[in-house]
Amino acid sequence: MKTDIILSGVGGQGILSIAAVIGEAALENGLYMKQAEVHGMSQRGGDVQSNLRISDRPIASDLIPKGKADLIISLEPMEALRYLPYLKTNGWLVTNASPFINIPDYPPLEDIMGEIEKLSNKIIVDVDKIAKEVGSIRVANMVLLGATTPFLGISYDKIENGIRQIFERKGEAIIELNLKALEAGKNAANQIYN
Amino acid sequence: MNKVLLLGDEAIAQAALDAGLSGVYAYPGTPSTEITEYIQASSEAKEKNIHSQWAANEKTAMEAALGMSYVGKRALVCMKHVGLNVAADAFINSAMTGINGGLIVLAADDPSMHSSQNEQDSRFYGNFAMIPILEPSNQQEAYDMVYHGFELSETLGVPLVLRITTRLAHSRAGVTRKEIKPQNELSFPQDPQRFVLLPANARKRYKWLIETQHIFVENSEQSSYNQYIEGTDKNKGIVACGIAYNYLMENYPDGCPYPVLKIGQYPLPKKQLLRLVEECEEILVLEDGYPLVEESLKGYLGIGIKVTGRLDGTLPRDGELTPDKVGKALGLAQEEEVPVPEIVKMRPPSLCQGCSHRDVYEILNEVAKEYENARIFSDIGCYTLGALPPFRAIHSCVDMGASITMAKGAADGGLYPAIAVIGDSTFTHSGMTGLLDCVNENTPVTIIISDNETTAMTGGQDSSGTGKLHTICQGLGVDPTHIRSFVPLKKNHEEMRKIMREEITYKGVSVIIPCRECIQIIGKKKKKK
Repeated sequence: MKTDIILSGVGGQGILSIAAVIGEAALENGLYMKQAEVHGMSQRGGDVQSNLRISDRPIASDLIPKGKADLIISLEPMEALRYLPYLKTNGWLVTNASPFINIPDYPPLEDIMGEIEKLSNKIIVDVDKIAKEVGSIRVANMVLLGATTPFLGISYDKIENGIRQIFERKGEAIIELNLKALEAGKNAANQIYN
Repeated sequence: MNKVLLLGDEAIAQAALDAGLSGVYAYPGTPSTEITEYIQASSEAKEKNIHSQWAANEKTAMEAALGMSYVGKRALVCMKHVGLNVAADAFINSAMTGINGGLIVLAADDPSMHSSQNEQDSRFYGNFAMIPILEPSNQQEAYDMVYHGFELSETLGVPLVLRITTRLAHSRAGVTRKEIKPQNELSFPQDPQRFVLLPANARKRYKWLIETQHIFVENSEQSSYNQYIEGTDKNKGIVACGIAYNYLMENYPDGCPYPVLKIGQYPLPKKQLLRLVEECEEILVLEDGYPLVEESLKGYLGIGIKVTGRLDGTLPRDGELTPDKVGKALGLAQEEEVPVPEIVKMRPPSLCQGCSHRDVYEILNEVAKEYENARIFSDIGCYTLGALPPFRAIHSCVDMGASITMAKGAADGGLYPAIAVIGDSTFTHSGMTGLLDCVNENTPVTIIISDNETTAMTGGQDSSGTGKLHTICQGLGVDPTHIRSFVPLKKNHEEMRKIMREEITYKGVSVIIPCRECIQIIGKKKKKK
């Protein structure tokens, strides 16, 4: 198996926590992984992305070539579009529907949605809304991760274990909240997917 | 041992700890910062009393590391590429003195300038100092090179450069650790004169360094980091340095048809290179950074062997390599590219909401507008983002500390008002000496040290001057009545306006210190509680 994922969003939204959970789950499955992150200047409210590669064979490049990503996971709809050159034909795009507007020339949301609708394989989830329903906007990233679980190539229970590992030190209440967020995201995606 | 998931930077830190490190010395700089942070967070390092506190700048870090090596201990010094410019005096001369305990100088380059002012290639510094360079292609190699590197440094008698790039520094992969080694015992160099670089000694040492070069080449030829990989198609031979090798193999998942020389240690292995050149019609050089290998193979006139790479346009001359660029250089079919939809806008980084620099720029912009020719010279840090909208406040950002000295030069040239904006950590890194120059001539400059009590841009490391800025400025001779401070908050804007006006009007050296803690750090502290 081999899954190449682009994670995108705005600095501070928490894409690296998504990467960490998938990474932990991949390692537990005995898979190879490479994950390139953005640290530094862009983390101050700029666009950020992470290239996450999982495979049962050794991985050469830390970067995913253009047109080869199986999946784009985005915490922000305009940022999802920025990485379309990397998505392979028939790859999946899973994105948050809520925009993060911190620039004066942010395009109209309906234009962004129009571009996303053009894709044949997409899951659009109002991650922010679901996260609030679950209990906290801070678990928005785990809701989004939940919505991607049908496409990861890693079983759902392994992702749950990943969350337990990553949030181990934060206590049982935080783990439960994140697991709840994961499930809510999965259910939301299944409603669209099936 | 099981694999642990580590960033390239973390793999380097862990390797140093496992190899018997006694101290890491560094000033924060993307993409090298996480190495020192990893050691600072290590309970094992704490137990073993391994030095890991931040240095004031890269030069003090380099010198302290050399001092630790002098007494026989293993030391690591880490910096971003431009930091090596700051440390260069000590660095070049450390090749002249040689080492006692193993010494690794880590330089993290930033091709494509993700967080930097240039994309200079630190391998040139290694060549300049005439010492070996190690360049890993992946996280495991980074670990292995550091783990064995201290011993190699001790065997060869010189410091080693470990050159990485952003992509390796900030990418995670599984790494297998090795057995933990004890720290070296305290010992003194057998030939202590070599550390006294008086001309008579330095001449001897330089001769020694020249005579030792062939040993470095032989070591490279025998190194497992330099591998000749057979290929059946001899129309092309490929030299792949560091992580460029990964991009090559990404394009040939079932093996490369051409012979490949994978480079991980310099000086270049002469024997293997000769073989490649003799066997193949032409040579393609893949290297992240400047065309160092390409240029040296091709020669200035380019009339010898046929070499392609960045110089002839086979690869772009600038920017980080990618699997796509390398695929194109190999003439492989590329996926048809889907464009980014036109509606997607740039999203540049910006100062955080609630950041103290915002208040400073808001008021400074207002006051500066009252003068026809006001120019604001700034520096390296979060506050450089004041160049972008909505502030568009600053007129320069060149190198660490240049705000104060450029304002001085401009004032010397007749500019009024000449204003400098520098952060607290940048001030103690390289701004203090420039301030002394201003004091000695009583130059009419207004220097704003925007103090957020941390090294913010790199993620909030301790700042050397926290709580001491006022005293430092006074100690350097600034008239205490012209060292002013305030808390940059909305409610104080009137006071800020008044102080800035008064100090700009004053025709001498004045220092204004707006002081309020970085809001990112406040957030982090709250989370910890």
